[in-house]
Amino acid sequence: MKILTGNDLKTGAVVWWDGVSWSLHVEDAIDAGDQAETVLAREQATRRVNAAYAIDAARDAQGVRPAHIKERIRALGPTVRADLTLKPADPEAGNWVI
Amino acid sequence: MYKYDSYDQQLVDTRVAEFRDQVRRRLEGHITEDQFKPLRLMNGLYLQLHAYMLRVAVPYGTLSSAQMRMLGDIADKYDRGYGHFTTRQNIQYNWIKLEEAPDILADLASVEMHAIQTSGNCIRNTTSDQYAGAAADEVVDPRPYAELIRQWSTFHPEFSFLPRKFKMAVIASDTDRAAMRLHDIGIQIVRNDTGELGAAFYVGGGMGRTPMIAPCINPFVPLDRMITYAEACLRVYNRHGRRDNKYKARIKILVHELGKEEYTRQVEAEFAHLLTQGVEPPLAELERIKAQFAEPPFEVGISDEVDRSDPDFALWLDTNCLPHKAPGYIAVTISLKPVGGIPGDASADQIRLMADLARDHSFDELRVTHAQNIVLPHVKKADLYALWQALDAAGLGTANLDRIGDIIACPGLDYCSLANARSIPVAQKISERLSPRSEEIGELKLKISGCINACGHHHAGHIGILGVDRKGVENYQLLLGGCEGADTSLGTITGPGFDEDGIVDAVDRATSVYLANKQGAERFLDTYRRIGMAPFKEAIYG
Amino acid sequence: MAEVQFRFRSDEPVADPGVTVDAFGAQSNAAAVRLEPGDDARDLLPHLGRLRLVEINFPVFGDGRGYSAARILSEAGYAGELRAVGDVLVDQLAYLRRCGFDAFAPEVPLDPTDADAAFTRYGQAYQPAADGLRPIWALRHG
Ligand code: SF4
Repeated sequence: MKILTGNDLKTGAVVWWDGVSWSLHVEDAIDAGDQAETVLAREQATRRVNAAYAIDAARDAQGVRPAHIKERIRALGPTVRADLTLKPADPEAGNWVI
Repeated sequence: MYKYDSYDQQLVDTRVAEFRDQVRRRLEGHITEDQFKPLRLMNGLYLQLHAYMLRVAVPYGTLSSAQMRMLGDIADKYDRGYGHFTTRQNIQYNWIKLEEAPDILADLASVEMHAIQTSGNCIRNTTSDQYAGAAADEVVDPRPYAELIRQWSTFHPEFSFLPRKFKMAVIASDTDRAAMRLHDIGIQIVRNDTGELGAAFYVGGGMGRTPMIAPCINPFVPLDRMITYAEACLRVYNRHGRRDNKYKARIKILVHELGKEEYTRQVEAEFAHLLTQGVEPPLAELERIKAQFAEPPFEVGISDEVDRSDPDFALWLDTNCLPHKAPGYIAVTISLKPVGGIPGDASADQIRLMADLARDHSFDELRVTHAQNIVLPHVKKADLYALWQALDAAGLGTANLDRIGDIIACPGLDYCSLANARSIPVAQKISERLSPRSEEIGELKLKISGCINACGHHHAGHIGILGVDRKGVENYQLLLGGCEGADTSLGTITGPGFDEDGIVDAVDRATSVYLANKQGAERFLDTYRRIGMAPFKEAIYG
Repeated sequence: MAEVQFRFRSDEPVADPGVTVDAFGAQSNAAAVRLEPGDDARDLLPHLGRLRLVEINFPVFGDGRGYSAARILSEAGYAGELRAVGDVLVDQLAYLRRCGFDAFAPEVPLDPTDADAAFTRYGQAYQPAADGLRPIWALRHG
């Protein structure tokens, strides 16, 4: 599937297109299909997102998994500071990245 | 230390107001991200993996305790309670909000700091010797010259849209502790036969994908012409540096393609012309700046003795402290590399503690080193034990300067959007595995970059590691034999790359080869230079 | 051709658009020339006497060669109009002005309020350039 990601313009937070707006959680990402370019152009023009782009991902048992490790690190947070990730209480979260 | 006068302060304050206005225009949609990006970059604001990242300039690595304390406070107030000290002697914050960035710049301006030109294709922050003003071997304190360059390069109207970024370093001793010849321009302040001071210009060094050691293009530029000469070097580069390919746009490529002689000829011609244009500040300006770097009032007649009865302290003393030019004093390096820690990271509390210790024990001064540590340059030996106890209690007392655990690592794929692979976990694993043998292994500079940009200086590591992307999987190349300093050399790749655990094993084996072959007091690098790559290759791949 | 949006001169503007450097060399009566980033401004120095307008083109704002070209002309005593054309943005104006540009014809017109702020914001500078501003070191050592 193709999912859309970018950063919140004001806060810089990593966000994912959930079909209606931009979510902090990659699990919410939807397949943008052939709408990717249209959505990206519209959302950036209205400054609801910054520096957005489409990436490859797959849906598995745990949710949505971006194809590239870089996007998985963006989705979770730094692997060397579990306390600063989106899942600070989950000791296994780092394994999902690799 | 340099103190701003009203002119310096006004420029920095104006910059804050200008950036506030630029941010407003971006948030209101008057400018696009494409137009805004170079503006935020010129204020050190990147968009990184997780958020905006702010890089704050620490000119020539020198900080007062008030400035250091502010860096700690900013980490708490605007970030997530920590900062990352970089190989460019700067500090970076990883979790910055665009809407708050102008406030951070205002807080920085209140302690005479800024983020001007810490990114973008302009002249970046000038680096220097971390022991400047304390080192026993320096000809003079190099920092006044670096400050002169800071002022000249700040908002330089002609050189703000260069082909590529531009980094300068200034040193003043034969021992090069600032990797001077791996900069776009490296300047060494030297004394000639008649006792006059001048500037030796080394142009066209750099790391990145095409590492080069800068050749000397002029061994002695008189001090009252130094800025004019730099201006000539830059003008030739701005006009003729390549702009068709960003990987060939650094000045090292221009110098290499033209040849050192032709580049020098063009610079000398431009220099002759610029001498008629009055671009050189008067020597009185250099004197004014120098006066502010006057030596601190060292006490005389104090004891040179240190009580070594605590063995942990004695080890730290022998490893992390350097002789000082004033009797009874010593220069202390605080390691930001605890065993298994994140190289260069410090918490807000640690930053403030170091600020307090500098205030109480080092004439209010700290330095950031390009090896991502902090120096207290002027500590009274009598205070040393108490100082070490305070550091140790805060996790800052690790005795590993220039040892296997003192790893330089760039942020890598954990934070950096350009990265191919993570650097920090590799550093952590190597540190954990080999630190127990630290004393046996002795001096070994290990440097890790997460991509070819080489922010982690991997080419210059006795052992270097470069992260690459192999079909979407992290992979690590190993290099041996790099070195910065007077005998600068670039590392050689051993062979095929490794995965994360494989690279740790490979480093382990390389150190074993060294220990097995070492003669006398040889360091890892000496042994490598004597026996060559073959035995290492055999042990690593054999 | 974009309009001149800001001009800091009182003489009559040259009506003709600048010709290329090559054409300029061939036409002995041309008074206006247009420099592209790859052109050598020093080729114009023998002809400064008859030049009344030099347009310096910035095809993309990040190509900073035009700044050096402008200073080289100013340093040689050129006193005619020096016009920045092309991808000229608000945040380049102050630097351009310091390098000697005294007319601006941005491809996309700029917000006049923002532009005015940009021209006047920094009253001082560390280094001398082509705008005659006394550098801070000169003020310090009056
Ligand atoms: S070397 Fe590469 S990965 Fe490391 S900080 Fe620099 S750009 Fe990022």
